[in-house]
Amino acid sequence: MYAQMIKTANSGVKPREEMSDQERAFQDKIDADIKIEPRDWMPDDYRRTLIRQIGQHAHSEVVGQLPEGNWITRAPTLERKMILLAKVQDEAGHGLYLYSAAETLGESRDELVRLLHEGRMKYSSIFNYPTLNWADIGAVGWLVDGAAIVNQVALQRTSYGPYSRAMVRICKEESFHARQGYHAMMKMAFGSPAQKKMAQDALNRLWFPSIMMFGPSDSESTHSEQSMAWKIKVKSNDELRQQYIDQTVPQIEYLGLDLPDPGLKWNAERGHYDFSEPDWSELFDVIKGNGPCNTDRMNARVKAWDDGQWVRDGLMAHARKKAARQHAAE
Amino acid sequence: MKNEWPLWEIFIRGQHGLAHRHVGSLHAPDAEMAIKNARDVYTRRNEGVSIWVVEARHIAATAPGDKGPLFEPSESKVYRHPTFFDIPDDVGHM
Amino acid sequence: MTDQNHLLQFLLRQGDNALILSHRVSEWCGHSPILEEDIALANTALDLIGQTQMWLGYAAEVQAEGKSADDLAFLRDAWDFRNILLVELPNGDFGRTLLRQFLFDAHQSVLMGRLIKSSDDTVAAIAAKASKEVAYHVERSADTVVGLGDGTAESHERMQAALDYLWPYVGEMFTSDDTDTAMAIAGIAPEPSTLRDEFHALVTRVLTDATLTIPGGRFSHKGGRTGEMHTEHLGHLLATMQWLQRAYPGCEW
Repeated sequence: MYAQMIKTANSGVKPREEMSDQERAFQDKIDADIKIEPRDWMPDDYRRTLIRQIGQHAHSEVVGQLPEGNWITRAPTLERKMILLAKVQDEAGHGLYLYSAAETLGESRDELVRLLHEGRMKYSSIFNYPTLNWADIGAVGWLVDGAAIVNQVALQRTSYGPYSRAMVRICKEESFHARQGYHAMMKMAFGSPAQKKMAQDALNRLWFPSIMMFGPSDSESTHSEQSMAWKIKVKSNDELRQQYIDQTVPQIEYLGLDLPDPGLKWNAERGHYDFSEPDWSELFDVIKGNGPCNTDRMNARVKAWDDGQWVRDGLMAHARKKAARQHAAE
Repeated sequence: MKNEWPLWEIFIRGQHGLAHRHVGSLHAPDAEMAIKNARDVYTRRNEGVSIWVVEARHIAATAPGDKGPLFEPSESKVYRHPTFFDIPDDVGHM
Repeated sequence: MTDQNHLLQFLLRQGDNALILSHRVSEWCGHSPILEEDIALANTALDLIGQTQMWLGYAAEVQAEGKSADDLAFLRDAWDFRNILLVELPNGDFGRTLLRQFLFDAHQSVLMGRLIKSSDDTVAAIAAKASKEVAYHVERSADTVVGLGDGTAESHERMQAALDYLWPYVGEMFTSDDTDTAMAIAGIAPEPSTLRDEFHALVTRVLTDATLTIPGGRFSHKGGRTGEMHTEHLGHLLATMQWLQRAYPGCEW
């Protein structure tokens, strides 16, 4: 999911009578579920909003490598190490696909990375939480990827062609992520008392952050309407959150773990689980930069990028020399 | 000098004899590295047996405004499609 | 030492090389210079862990004490490890990591070419699978070494420094002891010294393309593949890698 609280570039939905002919034709295409492609005409605000959303989504995948990467060298078996490494590698791949989608809108990957590193673009709040014990790796796969996939499945229908196609590929690849997480969680929950304790600890710590991944309630989210009209966003924050909670509670019960929120109760009348309101001030703090890991995550990304500059430059310089030599030989 | 690696479009032919299909893009300093990167990025799940890479700036494309003149004339050439021809069931499968 | 013991030593050397190097390479995940390299390095690490499972799995079978590849990886102490020193050295910068990878891949590519003809069917089968992976690894790491060596002034300087640092660890790959002799007599694996010429031809060609100068000294560190003296770095690596298994023994994960 990883795109959260995206500001639309304008305020409110533009009424049809105020639209130009071009804008009206554009909206008609979207309403008819015709994908918008890179070279099609599009309103500037649509383009800007998409760049912001896809860019944030891409950044989240890449920063999202860090909390799980934290355990690659400590994975307890060779098989777990391979699974985790393959999964974190997938996140890098997903970041790559998404940056590519943003590039079709005329924004280079280097530029997006620069904006991230200067603190002018965000990534999902969830990756500013630490992974403290091995069960966190199970819990991240199960809960965080579980929440992400609820959103990403919906986004396969998003109006922008390259974004939609990236989502299709990502969803296909991600199907193993949540499952491997739950599988690791089962081993912990059904394992020794110490392992079970780790599992409960991970669930308790990551539950509320995971349900906050969907962003604040729609009633408080000022940017949703235009994004919904443009089908950049396909379902509301609250709808997606409820769907995630409904699918996850029975999975917690199967593990025999205590529910992480005493307010989680089946509501037969609504046909959904009730849950306690998360502490939204915490989300806003994390987004403002005051989460437990914001500074470390950003430092790690900036360091990787800066340390890699000579490598990127070196390989590019060699490619240019090689091309010049080939040219001279012809 | 701007040093971002160029963007390459990646086409992969899968196992089943289908044509190369566009699978996505990536960055690489040259064609050889683009092929290697494509192998590492786009065939992690055993997806392909052949890779083409083309630097994105070398791709010429139709303009969206040309959609009508380019593609609509073929809509009326129904005789190109097998279902245009009614063959009696007695003739058998064709 | 019995023949079975020699075979076990030989298998541990292969498995430990793959295991320790996979650990080092996996440290890059999420921290590489660019996403494409991050993904490629993870593939290399994954291949190496796969090879570890095969070599150590067979080692455990030969050892016949009811252990698994995981037991050998996570429950042995530093003095039991039989990897060459080269692979346990810290990563250094990306250039040093890739140069180490190339030196290792070059050796593996020559070795696997011989091991596919091993008189031991399991060794031959493992080598057959690994040799395809190694063929790709060496092509990729060689290209990167050439690109960085013949890139900018800075990249060239860094690669030369990496080569100067790593070269004294190359010789250990060609040292020989009773185990190597026993393997050669049994037709299981070649004497390491017989791989040297082919290795040098390959490495010299690539390093020349990379405009790098092979250091002149003939000194070579050793003690890893015999287990006599590892570097200080291995203990720290194992402390990280083995921590969960050691702290919570007997668990399923």
